[in-house]
Amino acid sequence: MVDVPLGVAGVPPAEVEDVELYHPKSWVTHYVFSQDAKIIAVQYSVTALSIGLVALMLSWLMRLQLAFPGALSFIDADAYYQLITMHGMMMVVYVLTALFLGGFGNYLIPLMLGARDMVFPYANMLSFWFYLLAVVVLFASFAVPGGPTGAGWTLYPPQSITAGTPGLAWGIVMMLVSLMIFIVGFTMGGLNYVVTVLQGRTRGMTLMRMPLTVWGIFTASVMALLAFPALFVGAVMMLFDRLLGTSFFMPEIIEQGARLPYGGGSPILFQHLFWFFGHPEVYIVALPAFGIVSDLISVHARRNIFGYRMMVWAIVAIGALSFVVWAHHMYVSGMNPYFGFFFATTTLIIAIPTAIKVYNWVLTLWRGDIHLTTPMLFALAFIVTFVNGGLTGLFLGNVVVDVPLSDTMFVVAHFHMVMGVAPILVIFGAIYHWYPKVTGRLLSVPLGQFHFWVTFLGAYLIFFPMHYLGLMGVPRRYYEMGETAIYPPSAHDLNIFITVMALLVGAAQLAFVFNLIWSLRHGRGAGGNPWRACSLEWQTSATPPPHGNFGKELPIVYRWAYDYNVPGAPEDFIPQNQPPLAGEIASRAP
Amino acid sequence: MTIVVAFLVLVIGIAAWWLSTQRIMSKPWLEIGVIDEPPGAGPPAAAKIGLCVFLAVAGVLFALSISAYSMRLQAADWWPLPAPRLLWFNTGLLILASATLEWTKAQSRHASLDGVRFGLVGAGVFTLAFVVGQLVVWRELVEEGYFLASNPANAFFYLMTGLHGLHVMGGLVALARVTLRAFSADEVGVERGKLRLGVELCAIYWHFLLVVWLVLFALIAGWAGDFFEICRQALS
Amino acid sequence: MHVVLVLVVVAVGSVLFHFLSPWWWTPIASNWQYIDDTIIITFWITGVVFVAVLLFMAYCVWRFRHREGHRAAFEPENRRLETGLTVITGLGVAAMLAPGLFVWNHFITVPPDASAIEIVGQQWQWSFRLPGQDGKLGRTRVDSIADDNPLGLDRNDPDGRDDVVLQGEDLHLPIGKPIKVLLRSTDVLHDFYVPEFRAKMDILPGSSTYFWLTPTRTGTFDILCAELCGTGHPYMRGSVVVEEQVAYDAWLDGQQRRMLAQQDGTTRQKGEVKAQQ
Ligand code: HEM
Ligand SMILES: [Cu+2]
Ligand SMILES: [Cu+2]
Repeated sequence: MVDVPLGVAGVPPAEVEDVELYHPKSWVTHYVFSQDAKIIAVQYSVTALSIGLVALMLSWLMRLQLAFPGALSFIDADAYYQLITMHGMMMVVYVLTALFLGGFGNYLIPLMLGARDMVFPYANMLSFWFYLLAVVVLFASFAVPGGPTGAGWTLYPPQSITAGTPGLAWGIVMMLVSLMIFIVGFTMGGLNYVVTVLQGRTRGMTLMRMPLTVWGIFTASVMALLAFPALFVGAVMMLFDRLLGTSFFMPEIIEQGARLPYGGGSPILFQHLFWFFGHPEVYIVALPAFGIVSDLISVHARRNIFGYRMMVWAIVAIGALSFVVWAHHMYVSGMNPYFGFFFATTTLIIAIPTAIKVYNWVLTLWRGDIHLTTPMLFALAFIVTFVNGGLTGLFLGNVVVDVPLSDTMFVVAHFHMVMGVAPILVIFGAIYHWYPKVTGRLLSVPLGQFHFWVTFLGAYLIFFPMHYLGLMGVPRRYYEMGETAIYPPSAHDLNIFITVMALLVGAAQLAFVFNLIWSLRHGRGAGGNPWRACSLEWQTSATPPPHGNFGKELPIVYRWAYDYNVPGAPEDFIPQNQPPLAGEIASRAP
Repeated sequence: MTIVVAFLVLVIGIAAWWLSTQRIMSKPWLEIGVIDEPPGAGPPAAAKIGLCVFLAVAGVLFALSISAYSMRLQAADWWPLPAPRLLWFNTGLLILASATLEWTKAQSRHASLDGVRFGLVGAGVFTLAFVVGQLVVWRELVEEGYFLASNPANAFFYLMTGLHGLHVMGGLVALARVTLRAFSADEVGVERGKLRLGVELCAIYWHFLLVVWLVLFALIAGWAGDFFEICRQALS
Repeated sequence: MHVVLVLVVVAVGSVLFHFLSPWWWTPIASNWQYIDDTIIITFWITGVVFVAVLLFMAYCVWRFRHREGHRAAFEPENRRLETGLTVITGLGVAAMLAPGLFVWNHFITVPPDASAIEIVGQQWQWSFRLPGQDGKLGRTRVDSIADDNPLGLDRNDPDGRDDVVLQGEDLHLPIGKPIKVLLRSTDVLHDFYVPEFRAKMDILPGSSTYFWLTPTRTGTFDILCAELCGTGHPYMRGSVVVEEQVAYDAWLDGQQRRMLAQQDGTTRQKGEVKAQQ
């Protein structure tokens, strides 16, 4: 172990090599083709949130169809499958991944680490423009002949590239191309996030002093860098199959009476590639949420995050383990059944570090000083939905239990709870928390409370009962539930109830959007550190932080990010860049 | 998928080793004051770390294609295609390019600007020749009737050489920029440090491309088939 | 303190919903009671954890809410507590995993006396094939598929001569006999799903998958498709009839006679065509 020189007051200024900052010369390079991570973060976030609204509206249409089959004449079965595909893909990749890594990552990593900017600002800018291009291609597929693909977000071949699935002509090609562009763009951004954490930390910011938010985003970025190539390879191979007639994934098949010129390919191969990306993707969304929620709870409960070290180790362990669980999505896919033993075991093992995180969140509340601010409310709601969704994950991860439940509404309810609702609640909490830093103004509290209660309770009421539809045997991806002896008539009433809730929750988001816009001008002034938080982003020279983030000198870090209510300290928090107080070193030593 | 998992275990192993040097067992709440990084030879440049991370990403990409290859290989319709002679020649070119860059790196350390310029151009020429050679191989194969879609072995051949070729061409763009810098650099100044870094990065990347190519070549030439056979027997 | 109230209501309400709502799985009709049991174990363990976490949170929010002068405790970690919780979690996980793996082993081990049937998924209908007197299913090839041979039977394979092919008809199964279900598709992925059987498996084109079950309850059950297979996915329905051995034998006999008659018919037709030429 390295000897730790414990500093004293009056250390010399930072010796960290300054990043070469680019200097925007015009409005366009300042706000449009900006290389400033904070601006890129806002660009990413606004784009992703807008797509989120679109995807939400698509889900209304789907829900309306499920509650009142055939009532909306423009939603035929083709359209329904296009809706679920676009909704699913948008939400998972273009909203959540982009928002957590591109949005929060860009904004928070440099600020929290005391860096002036990302290490490769130019690549960072390109990353956003690639993302935007990917989004444009994705949306363009609504306008091409045949419309977008309806293959489901999993894009399983042969179905995704044979007749009987909408969007066969153009939609699937544009989807694959869009994903490839996204991945290239993400790789540029991801290299930035990772290398900035490795190289850009200010003096004194050791790894174990980083806020958990950074740990979460960092680990997720590493995972994304290693997982997205699988989707990339799968997409290239599928494009070859679709456009050039190769048979990577295509066996001998008859398409509506005609023998296709394919042969020998393996549909399972695609599933392996897809889930090799797809499972880590779940954690790519979850880990940043874990990190952020840890910080929200700690700040608003005025207490150090409980078990910081365990939290870090758990994040890293989850990140590593989640690369060896992918086939739990394939228990009934027809792969070698003996894989089931291995993947069920790894999957349930991953539940242990995850559970530790949950315990530490609630143990942070224990003996805290809990301020029920809007971000805190969202953090609490996150715990509820995440625990719920995580526990149903134990059903689906346990091979044999997955047999009756796979591909039913139980699965839909599970993953919405755990990677839909829970991370979205964190995103909301995080926006209420950091909006004052980005804009200098607080979001309206009454609107925030309204938004919170409708969103949390509504979403819970949408997805909790949905599990029971699945248990009853309603498969997912059904254009209409249909009649079967085993579905009681009340199941249809439940469907209507869920839809009403979905519409309500959707409508409540208008309050949020309004709040975002209205508070920009009319929100209460926030000052530099409205939540009295320790981490560096709250200690900037000005709010919103200027170009270069910090004043003439970079902050020096003297302590971890969780010095709340330290015994003997005059205030209930000590910022990370606060040099040791008189007598502090002695009182803290073990 | 064993291959890509093995590759990942390697990557995760490196990451774990690195983490273990970062005092992740320490109790941060007990440590007040400035903690300086352990004294050492100074942190490597961000660009170098960036390149290494990128190599891990590209490595996963190739490991995944090889995994897919090894799974698809087992189907009955697999007819290996002959490895054209020219591939040997191309391999030689890539080795030369890689070696030239290594030599250039030494030159840049000895502060010989002429040597650096000469080496960069040389490496560029060899690499370009490699790319052209690969295209010629493609044409030859097509002329002999080995079309992309006629057999999965062909499809993988074109896919993997194509992916590799794209990476080489991306490298060429970077190499061109470094070369330009070498020709505009004067004998002293900041530019020199950047130039040396650029040369070093190119060298690393070329060695990576070479290793990937050797692995792919081994697959194409059929030596790896026996290896997979052994693996499969060991597994089942 | 409505947060506290809501947390309690969510915890209690979820449990009440679980027990009182009318939506629950259908009565089982196969030997996979084990699966239901494993689910019940999992429900108990996870349910206890869910309620415990929520109630604990509610208590914390109530007890440690912000009041003037109240300060939080500074306690970075508590190794004993964390280790203890980890161990308990590990035990809970093991308690779910062990029965899960045990039953899975059972699930993938087909008993030797199981009789094989074949189910074929095609966009968007179910077809079935039962072995004839010889108890063997004949070979099939995608390239043999034709209008008069929808499942692509290899006509040269003697095992397949007496196979009973059912298209657009119900599948019948005898009660109490283990059945190995072989699954095959000629176009895209499907999944043979009868909620009452609990067991299900994806169907792949290009290769064959399987699962096994023993029907334990007579009746007619709906077949659903549980893997997206294109626009007609929700309409890909069929029925299985589970009946007593006697009734089953009678049905099978009828089907075999129908097959023979059909084959005679086609050979005679072909003969007539030849004669005319
Ligand atoms: C209140 C908000 C939401 C509602 C009402 C909603 C509703 C739905 C519905 C009705 C389906 C189709 C179910 C089916 O027929 O199989 C669906 C699918 C899906 N949703 Fe959502 N959703 C919401 C939010 C989200 C979020 C935040 C995510 C982000 C992870 C998400 C991800 C997905 C995915 C991945 C699918 C699967 C698509 C597929 O089957 O290919 N949804 N959603
Ligand atoms: Cu997963
Ligand atoms: Cu289907």
